[in-house]
Amino acid sequence: MKSARPWLAPLLSALFLALLVGVWYLATYQPAAEATVDSEYAALVGQAASTGAKSAMPTPGEVGAKLWEHLSDPFYDRGTNDKGIGIQLLYSIGRVLLGFGLAALVAIPLGFVIGMSPLIYKALDPFIQVLKPVSPLAWMPLALYTIKDSGISAIFVIFICSLWPMLVNTAFGVAGVRRDWLNVARTLEVSRLRTAFQVILPAAAPTIMTGMRISIGIAWLVIVAAEMLVGGTGIGYFVWNEWNNLSIANIISAILFIGLIGMALDTLLARLARAVTYRE
Amino acid sequence: MSAFRNPFDHRVRLHRSGCACGRHASQAEHDHAEALEARQLQDRVVEGAVMRALFPQDEMRRGFLRAVGAGTALAAVSTLFPLGLAKEAFAQGAGALEKTKLKVGFIPITCATPIIMAHPLGFYSKYGLDVEVVKTAGWAVIRDKALAKEYDAAHMLSPMPLAISTGTGSNPIPWTAPAVENINGQAITLAMKHKDKRDPKDWKGFKFAVPFDYSMHNYLLRYYLAEHGLDPDRDVQIRSVPPPEMVANLRADNIDGFLAPDPVNQRAVYDGVGFIHLLSKEIWDGHPCCVFSASKEFVAQNPNTYHALLKSILDATAYARKAENRKEIAAAIAPANYLNQPVTVVEQVLTGTYADGLGNVKKDPNRIDFDPFPYDSFAVWILTQMKRWGQLKGEVDYAKVAKEVFLATDAARLMKELGMPAADPARPIVVMGKTFDPKQPAAYVDSFAIKRG
Repeated sequence: MKSARPWLAPLLSALFLALLVGVWYLATYQPAAEATVDSEYAALVGQAASTGAKSAMPTPGEVGAKLWEHLSDPFYDRGTNDKGIGIQLLYSIGRVLLGFGLAALVAIPLGFVIGMSPLIYKALDPFIQVLKPVSPLAWMPLALYTIKDSGISAIFVIFICSLWPMLVNTAFGVAGVRRDWLNVARTLEVSRLRTAFQVILPAAAPTIMTGMRISIGIAWLVIVAAEMLVGGTGIGYFVWNEWNNLSIANIISAILFIGLIGMALDTLLARLARAVTYRE
Repeated sequence: MSAFRNPFDHRVRLHRSGCACGRHASQAEHDHAEALEARQLQDRVVEGAVMRALFPQDEMRRGFLRAVGAGTALAAVSTLFPLGLAKEAFAQGAGALEKTKLKVGFIPITCATPIIMAHPLGFYSKYGLDVEVVKTAGWAVIRDKALAKEYDAAHMLSPMPLAISTGTGSNPIPWTAPAVENINGQAITLAMKHKDKRDPKDWKGFKFAVPFDYSMHNYLLRYYLAEHGLDPDRDVQIRSVPPPEMVANLRADNIDGFLAPDPVNQRAVYDGVGFIHLLSKEIWDGHPCCVFSASKEFVAQNPNTYHALLKSILDATAYARKAENRKEIAAAIAPANYLNQPVTVVEQVLTGTYADGLGNVKKDPNRIDFDPFPYDSFAVWILTQMKRWGQLKGEVDYAKVAKEVFLATDAARLMKELGMPAADPARPIVVMGKTFDPKQPAAYVDSFAIKRG
């Protein structure tokens, strides 16, 4: 469907953004209040406390300044516990890709086997149904206890949460390949391996890609929580560290970055999915 | 030499508040620099001895140096002879360090001051160690990472090594606490809306937060409530909440107050969310809080490294004890790499001149103090409270567990080597006016009206 006015949607988006920032500005606007305590005391407490109020949400201006600070120097390294947001994001992306890649290596072949054999499908189904809805973070204590390495534990959690959507979707896609095509292959006496690669794989590819897209979305959701628990490096650790400092402006910046990267990952897989779709 | 400087110049200070040589801001900084210089001098001596041994004839050495340059010569000699190791061996005296690269975990609170400040102020490098101090998200995580040997040593709450060793809340693994990090330094903070309810008898139904089940905070809060006739399990709720979440929860009215480590208390005041009801020193003046800890395995396998590490911690603790160094320390540990807090918050905690949240500026230089000696009696007291609240079941050999975990003899020997004053073994423990006799732990537990089990 082609719109007659392609600029209308972006314009509306911009309008919504302006509205959001405007409401935010008004909600956080505080007229300069007189200090209600003596100056010696005021010097020891934050600005909000010195006027007898609680500390408030940061204004759009403060968040903007923080964002600029992060963007202008994203890769600084001031010691083990203080690295730039760019480095933290790279750590997180690295973990997600590693866990997700390992999950794909396991889930797609296994999904193939499950999808091609109704017997195995039925036998494994109860396990998959029980394990699938478990929150990945519930695995964390178990992982930390058995693996005894927090870095690998985080990757394991990503692995386990990206596994199920890919496994289920691959099995579903493989099982749903049209009978006619398989029959044609059998009439032409194509070997089983060749059938798998040249008939079933292309036919199931769009469903598999959908599973991968769901998985990476979940993996990116989970990494933040996992890193908040494990600490050390990554965007989740960054959020935790700034929470420690009650710096809401930094947390809002991190939320924006997390959203942007998540969108980028999703778009990437959507592109890949489009490349393998076919028309019947 | 300021005596020769123009006294009519406004920049010249006639009364020096700095150090003896005038190059440093304080005497402490001067001493510190001097110690580093001494180490450098020592290194030079080792280098000199090695070069003399390699080139008995001076002419030959000079020819060699002229031909290849000093840098190349140093590199070449280092490949033939482990200069670095030799220097360390010399500095240690007793034996070479088994391991120089170490990881030490900490929780971002002021209790960890000696562990943290030893990094930016160079106490680890002074003893030949390259220590990475790693910020950790919570007590359970620091315990698991220490158990998993990701950390060589870690900052823990003083009851944790006892809980780990006795297998309370985890598998029993022999653990040690060779040094206490801080004494005092905690506080009860209440939400602003309770500013007229200063009597604990009005606290029925309150929700309190403590950092961990196995913490001095938990035991002190329970003790304090019980002394005022409140049963900590029935009349109030006590939850375990990680320190960074405490202020946020107080702000959201999820909890009414907490007994927490600093800078959390001061941060609640700084943000106008709560006020400091009582410092923990008013419950028990001189109570231990956090300890420096390592597994028994690490201590046994790396005796020299362990001694060097312990010495740097003891040295840092002694430095932190002096009131005049506190401002410098606050500035060193406040940045994002360590505590990640406004400097003024950390400074108020360490100097003891602080805003109480009700509009008063209070002064108490002993708000937090640093005394590394791990008294057995501390451990026994903690064990009695673990027993009192049902965390420890069955018979407990208080004295034996305390001796095995709190390594008082090691600390005493190293403190003597460092020239620190010896600890008084008979130091009394008085909690809210009641004296504790470490020789009668079972009777002490029985003496309380409110207890479990």
